[in-house]
Amino acid sequence: MAKLKLPKFLIAAAILYAVIEGLYKTELINGYILHIINQSLVYVILAVSLNLINGITGQFSLGHMGFAAVGAYVSGTLTTLIFKVTPTAPEGMLVFIFSIVAGGIVAAFIGFLIGFPSLRLKGDYLAIVTLGFGEIIRTIFNNIDYVGGPRGLLGIPKFSNFTVIFIAAFLTVVIIRNLIESSHGRVLLSIRENELAAELVGIDTTQYKVLAFSIGAFFAGIAGGLFAHLLQLAHPTQFGFIKSVEVLIMIYAGGVGSITGSVIAAFALTFLSEGLRIGIRFVADTTGLPIGGEWRMVIYSLLLIFIMLFRTEGLMGTKESRLIKIKEAE
Amino acid sequence: MPALLTIQGMTHYFGGLRAVSDFSYEVPKGSIYGLIGPNGSGKTTTFNLITGIYTPTQGKILFEGKDITGQKPYKIVRGGIARTFQNLRIFSSLTALDNIRIARHYSMKSSVASAVLRLPSFLKQEKKVRQESEALLDLMHLSHRSKELAKNLPYGELRRLEIARALATDPKLILLDEPAAGMNPKEVEELMNLILRIRQEFNVTVFLIEHHMKVVMGICERIKVIDFGETIAEGQPETVAKDQKVLEAYLGKRGA
Repeated sequence: MAKLKLPKFLIAAAILYAVIEGLYKTELINGYILHIINQSLVYVILAVSLNLINGITGQFSLGHMGFAAVGAYVSGTLTTLIFKVTPTAPEGMLVFIFSIVAGGIVAAFIGFLIGFPSLRLKGDYLAIVTLGFGEIIRTIFNNIDYVGGPRGLLGIPKFSNFTVIFIAAFLTVVIIRNLIESSHGRVLLSIRENELAAELVGIDTTQYKVLAFSIGAFFAGIAGGLFAHLLQLAHPTQFGFIKSVEVLIMIYAGGVGSITGSVIAAFALTFLSEGLRIGIRFVADTTGLPIGGEWRMVIYSLLLIFIMLFRTEGLMGTKESRLIKIKEAE
Repeated sequence: MPALLTIQGMTHYFGGLRAVSDFSYEVPKGSIYGLIGPNGSGKTTTFNLITGIYTPTQGKILFEGKDITGQKPYKIVRGGIARTFQNLRIFSSLTALDNIRIARHYSMKSSVASAVLRLPSFLKQEKKVRQESEALLDLMHLSHRSKELAKNLPYGELRRLEIARALATDPKLILLDEPAAGMNPKEVEELMNLILRIRQEFNVTVFLIEHHMKVVMGICERIKVIDFGETIAEGQPETVAKDQKVLEAYLGKRGA
């Protein structure tokens, strides 16, 4: 046996973590920037997990934020209403992690329930069913008074910090990467490539589609829980259809089927969206032009159109960074 | 000796159209049997019925004496019937090796959890499947294409890759849907040798659809001719080739 070698992705992640944490501690980046980094990392979880469903397995889902809503509300209810923990309590972190995982599991279970009947549908039809599902989930939470109804679930303790979110995002990428680069992952790819041919080499395609859908839903649930404990609220409008489309845009901009692409796009688009907010205000202040925040979406959308026009396959195409790819033994 | 595949009175309707009518056939173990007929005569539908893509309206399909009528396609494949397609259904953005490995998947026993954790048992299985798949590519003279994306392979190699993929499921019976389509005479010659070779080396029974008379006459031991879903002739190639009904189906009725 050779000496145990640390995987390069773990080393890279550790360095990235140390750099960001160091910059924050030395006040080179402020709390606002760190907050955007945290948001980006949550979007990494959402984008990578949706990529498993849309990009790898080829099932067009538009309801990803519905699963995030389930995770947010389940974990928020557990920490805020049932266990009533605070970040200062000694057992707080444990309860929080339990709640987040519980949110993920409930989301996965709902993914399983939805996936079983709907995954016989293909393409546009599946998109419509998942879109409908996302809206139903949102409407249900909107109408449950126990979790605040249309006001949203307020006063959620702020458990999500940079360390927690970073570890969650890291684990998500590693788990989904390991899954994709295995026999099971190749099966998912074969369903995307040609479902009938996959079935006719002995693959239970329904089972694998439901599996991909449930795993994707699990991580979306985790992301939703982290979001709720970062923003300290869970609100029905956070999980609308437009938000699902935002995640979808990330995987298309990054490259459908590329984990690396999803990670990069999650960061790039989150920062771009925030950066435009500042940029437009700066331009408006210095030039005195009457442009306001509404121009943010115009420029954001234009940039997306340019990405799609000049790089239709997304930033990464289907390629993976060497850091993420597992090298197969010869 | 009982037949490997027995089809009894199989009939299939698409709405009001009778695509396959009272189809009965027995394919014995180790044989090479053929199914021919003009375009639209129901040959591919017959294959789709055998592999479970459609369930026959009437009739029974027995494989190794067991009734497999109406089973799901993946179960039929696992039971030992593999097939290729008339218009290739290759996983085109995956490598040649991956195409084969996917077909070996169902024989693996590693769980999703062991794959995510990359447990030694999982890595061992992955290695085994990789070696088996590479060996199969080698047998089909495709090992130089192992890491090439399937879509970059020339047509003749794609046909071989699809046969290799079908063989990777460890079949007892392989259904080949027009394997010689689009091939030049040299490739057809190689294909015939290949079919004879896989019967020998993989111990499989072959049931094929073909238009190419050289293939049909050259390697099929027995053939069945269908037209508009109905059987019009059956027997040894030489006999069938002289059959009046067959000539009419292919060439039209002789003028008065």
